[in-house]
Amino acid sequence: MTAGAALLSVDKLSVAFPGHTAVHEASFSISPGETLALVGESGCGKSVTAFSVMRLLPPNARVASGRISLEGTDLLALSEAEMREVRGARVSLIQQEPMTSLNPVLSIGLQISEVIRRHEKVSRKAARERAVELLDLVSIPNARNRIDDYPHNLSGGMRQRVMIAMAVACQPKLLIADEPTTALDVTTQAQVLDLLDDLRHRLGMAVLLITHDLGVVAQWADRIAVMYAGRIVEQAGIEPFFASPMHPYSRGLLGARVDVDADEHYGSHRLTEIPGSIASAAGQTGCSFAPRCPVVQAACRQAVPPLTPLGEGRAVACPVTTSVPLANRPSFPLSGAGARQ
Amino acid sequence: MSVQAEQPIVVTGAAAPGRAIPRRRRRLRAFLRNPTFVAGALILTALVLLALTAGLLFPADPQDMVGTPLLWPGQDAEFPLGTDSLGRDVLARLVYGTRASLLVGVAAAAIGLAIGMVVGAFAGFLGGRVDAALMRLVELFQTTPTFILVIVIVSITEPTIPTIAMAIGLASWPTVARLVRAQFRSLRETDFVMAARSLGYSPLRIIVQEILPNALPPVIVAASVMIANAILTEAGLSFLNMRDPNVISWGGMIGDGRDQLRTAWFLTALPGAAIAMAVLSLNLVGDGLNEILNPRTEP
Amino acid sequence: MTPLLSVRDLHTRYAVGRQVLRAVDGVSFEVGRGETVGLVGESGCGKSTLGKTILRLVPSAEGSITLDGADITHLGDSAMAPHRRRMQMIFQDPFGSLNPRHTIRTVLDTALKVHRLGDAAERERRLVEIIARVGLPPDSLDRYPHEFSGGQRQRIGIARALILQPALIVCDEPVSALDVSIQAQILNLLVDLKREFGLAYLFISHDLSVVRYFADRVLVMYFGRIVESASHTTLWRDPRHPYTKALFAALPSADPTHKRGEPPIKGELVTTEHVTGCRFHSRCPAATDRCRTEEPVLRPLGEGHHAACHYA
Repeated sequence: MTAGAALLSVDKLSVAFPGHTAVHEASFSISPGETLALVGESGCGKSVTAFSVMRLLPPNARVASGRISLEGTDLLALSEAEMREVRGARVSLIQQEPMTSLNPVLSIGLQISEVIRRHEKVSRKAARERAVELLDLVSIPNARNRIDDYPHNLSGGMRQRVMIAMAVACQPKLLIADEPTTALDVTTQAQVLDLLDDLRHRLGMAVLLITHDLGVVAQWADRIAVMYAGRIVEQAGIEPFFASPMHPYSRGLLGARVDVDADEHYGSHRLTEIPGSIASAAGQTGCSFAPRCPVVQAACRQAVPPLTPLGEGRAVACPVTTSVPLANRPSFPLSGAGARQ
Repeated sequence: MSVQAEQPIVVTGAAAPGRAIPRRRRRLRAFLRNPTFVAGALILTALVLLALTAGLLFPADPQDMVGTPLLWPGQDAEFPLGTDSLGRDVLARLVYGTRASLLVGVAAAAIGLAIGMVVGAFAGFLGGRVDAALMRLVELFQTTPTFILVIVIVSITEPTIPTIAMAIGLASWPTVARLVRAQFRSLRETDFVMAARSLGYSPLRIIVQEILPNALPPVIVAASVMIANAILTEAGLSFLNMRDPNVISWGGMIGDGRDQLRTAWFLTALPGAAIAMAVLSLNLVGDGLNEILNPRTEP
Repeated sequence: MTPLLSVRDLHTRYAVGRQVLRAVDGVSFEVGRGETVGLVGESGCGKSTLGKTILRLVPSAEGSITLDGADITHLGDSAMAPHRRRMQMIFQDPFGSLNPRHTIRTVLDTALKVHRLGDAAERERRLVEIIARVGLPPDSLDRYPHEFSGGQRQRIGIARALILQPALIVCDEPVSALDVSIQAQILNLLVDLKREFGLAYLFISHDLSVVRYFADRVLVMYFGRIVESASHTTLWRDPRHPYTKALFAALPSADPTHKRGEPPIKGELVTTEHVTGCRFHSRCPAATDRCRTEEPVLRPLGEGHHAACHYA
């Protein structure tokens, strides 16, 4: 990670809610044009991290410490007015629910032009022309005829395309996509993610992709950061990660998934369970994954293992799995609940 | 915002046995922590205590003439709030008036709730034609102004406390029916009701055990406002002389004091203040309940 | 031997405004004793409605539902009650499917009381047993649903479905609201329970990978109809309907070296439009004039494999 080249760099970010800390000292960076996937289960702090970058945290949350810088600008030091200039123009956000993210009483053309006119001094007519181009860009057929449609005229996938058009309207350097396809069907998901990937190349944006689906990560991301209970526990390039996930949680996540490429069936293959739930981390000292970890050792419960760089952009917060040389590492799956028969 | 949902759900969860506080006590704590509710409940409790102990506090008949007429408050230590044009003790009459006002309020609200809940539950649960027919009935009642309807009913019958309460109850049930119907319609489609049906529960059990407890919170809130409205309506009726002459009520006191409005305005102001206090306390309780019983802030 | 469940030409219709939505439009299939049948399709295809129609939670318009040889299509509430013990449901939303105002004890005990099963002591024994069997802590009985995590609530839902000892459980997206690590726990639990009690499942999901893993036989549903039906291995090796192929192709592989191709189909399922011919033709890459005019029927392809495509 070379800080100089990074588009976004988040350094030891902690976000606190009354009563609990949602994000603990998370550090990561995104290079220009790169897709970083932030992965974890609900409650792990991945959305909170993303919303901190947008400075759109709920009122009872606050950034306790850390730095977020975008192209050298310290976002946390900006005034609210300055931050409004950043949102939508340099960083934009796509949310999970395309039903509620669009205003139901305004036409989609108007909603897209609003974004353009908010950040650029262009005439109403020029903004409308741009909106048509953008709808075309996100592959909405008959863009010129659809521009006066209202959100309820569109299907879920089309709405998400409109959201993407609004997000890229001012050619942001960074697009944050918070579970952009979770509400969509699988055939639509592939179309929308292909579109995002295509736009990233054409517009030269970086994407922070927040998802819980490792299949989506493998197919559409360059690098991955795995979060558990508010901490980043593993960071790696996609290929090394899927070839050999190192943190026990990463391994558990991959093992718990039904493998799309193999003819797995309940009659012959048992899914790897991660016992317990993320709630077991509450009030825990040491590694927050320790209560669910199959290779836990006494030391794990004493201190939080640091995210240790292993070279080639890889970093893992588990002294147990990283201390063993690669050849002698216990084979995956680690959990005792392997194949039953 | 989805960030809200990201907070660990199970901080109070089953993961920590022994730490759980019984639900009742948590409920109580939520009530006591709500200043609006506490303020309203304190005033209301004081009024109820006054109504219950009126006979002990003022053993003499409050209808008796006991002093010089039209004594101002503070003029005679024996009658702290003065006397009316017939020389009756205003304080004693105010305290006795609490009885009639609260009684009419609670009885009218109970009648309105009973009718409204039954009609609303049937309309919402059964849907279809039953719903359509019952809703036409509701609209029929709602197109008539409440107060006029009450006046009509009371003038047909004798103006006694039971008939007044009945009239107000009959005029106020449609609001409850609408509220309950809306609750039932949405709750009827929930998965837990589907589950109850798939377990073979009878419709009556589903209504009483599954839906009603979840439909009640907004009804309870509405009930406190209904009592307040009933007290106001009763006062209005008494002012128009549609009242039982043998029962002391705040509205009746205002009506009696009407002739002395310019010379002894305290005769109307004091019962007016009492009504305002009672209505305010009930509205405070309603607002507090609304916050406490909101499922999103459920303790 | 008669199958456990037999559905013949079932139709379910909803009125949406002035239009009629044919959510289930002529579906026939069987579920054998102890068999797991998977039902997969995109949102809006009618799979959930089909499940609820079979359980008689929404009324059917045409066709028949036969459970254990008895026609239950038109039974009234009280005549239906004994059959309800034989088939149960697990819901998708672990939060909405439990009454927030009842303890777990009330939820489970009421079911036993309604069906007059056992005295107080016997019922208590059953509650304790079932709670342990689905992997909940023993002190769960006197707690309220909001005190549990999503995965634990889904276990409560499973306990509720099991308490009457049914032969068939309709699972409506039982794991799609859960995190991946919890999904595996619930799927493994369902497999264990199936082996232990000889349960049959109708497993409804939008996720073809989960359905294929979990089902013995898979039904693919599109726009109110079954378009392909095959055993899990046949479907995996040799999907014949273009829609099934598209579903497989759209599943993202967790292997980054496995390069994905172009999405094979465009557009989305639109349930309001009126379609002639094959319901899939507007999205099908191989559609011909015949597909636009003539509706294909589900036809046998051998070894219990059926597909509704002229060119399968």
